[in-house]
Amino acid sequence: MASDPLSATFAALADPTRRAILARLTDGAATVKELSEPFAMSGPAVSKHLRVLERAGLISRGRQAQWRPCRLEARPLKEVADWAEDYRRFWDASYDRLDDYLQQLKEKDQ
Amino acid sequence: MTIAGATTYTTPSEREFAMTRVFDAPRELVFAALTSPEHVPHWLLGPDGWSMTVCEIDLRPGGAWRFAWRRDDGTELELSGEYREIVPPERIVQTESWGAGWAETLNTLALIEEDGRTTMTQTMLYPSQEARDAALQTGMKDGASMSFDRLASYLESLS
Repeated sequence: MASDPLSATFAALADPTRRAILARLTDGAATVKELSEPFAMSGPAVSKHLRVLERAGLISRGRQAQWRPCRLEARPLKEVADWAEDYRRFWDASYDRLDDYLQQLKEKDQ
Repeated sequence: MTIAGATTYTTPSEREFAMTRVFDAPRELVFAALTSPEHVPHWLLGPDGWSMTVCEIDLRPGGAWRFAWRRDDGTELELSGEYREIVPPERIVQTESWGAGWAETLNTLALIEEDGRTTMTQTMLYPSQEARDAALQTGMKDGASMSFDRLASYLESLS
């Protein structure tokens, strides 16, 4: 089981069907039936993916007993996007420092 | 063609992600700077505001390594793994993990020297394409024929 919110988000995003469901939800809320159609999957199979997404906080479900429309929750996705950006920035900044540090080492060697 | 001072990010295979960078220094020096606890805390610091709080390197096959950082605002970050193969000054194979719940990667570092400059390639092998895509968020771009570009621009509109 994922131990922190970001890991739960990554685990939920690790499946292409779930990513496609999220992409569909950027158009607006949809019911399980509407979400099942493009995937040639049964309602229960889609519901299983939806439960994973809901647990990760990536979607929320409406309260109307029959329809329970699914809605995209953007905050965890934004955290993932920020993390990916931070990761790249972390290494870029570190290697920039390493450039300078290597020059210092070279001068010391001489 | 990779130029000094710029990091290139590529995906050499479905399960890999690679970073390439050219350093204006011979590879003996680059290898030392990358592997010595005396050198690493001087540069492996990320953007301004981070400091390195732990730098443990047991440079031998089976030896453990652990790095930790703290940012001014109290945010902490930890990376750890185990060395598998060490061929100074040209190659290191090691595992890397960001902690529980994260995919562990197998990283291969290669250093090639030419005319006094060193090309470093760090290749990270993920347990699956899904794990790599989730970690890099590149899965956002293919999303089973659905438009994840829209999601990407939606995310941009939030920031």
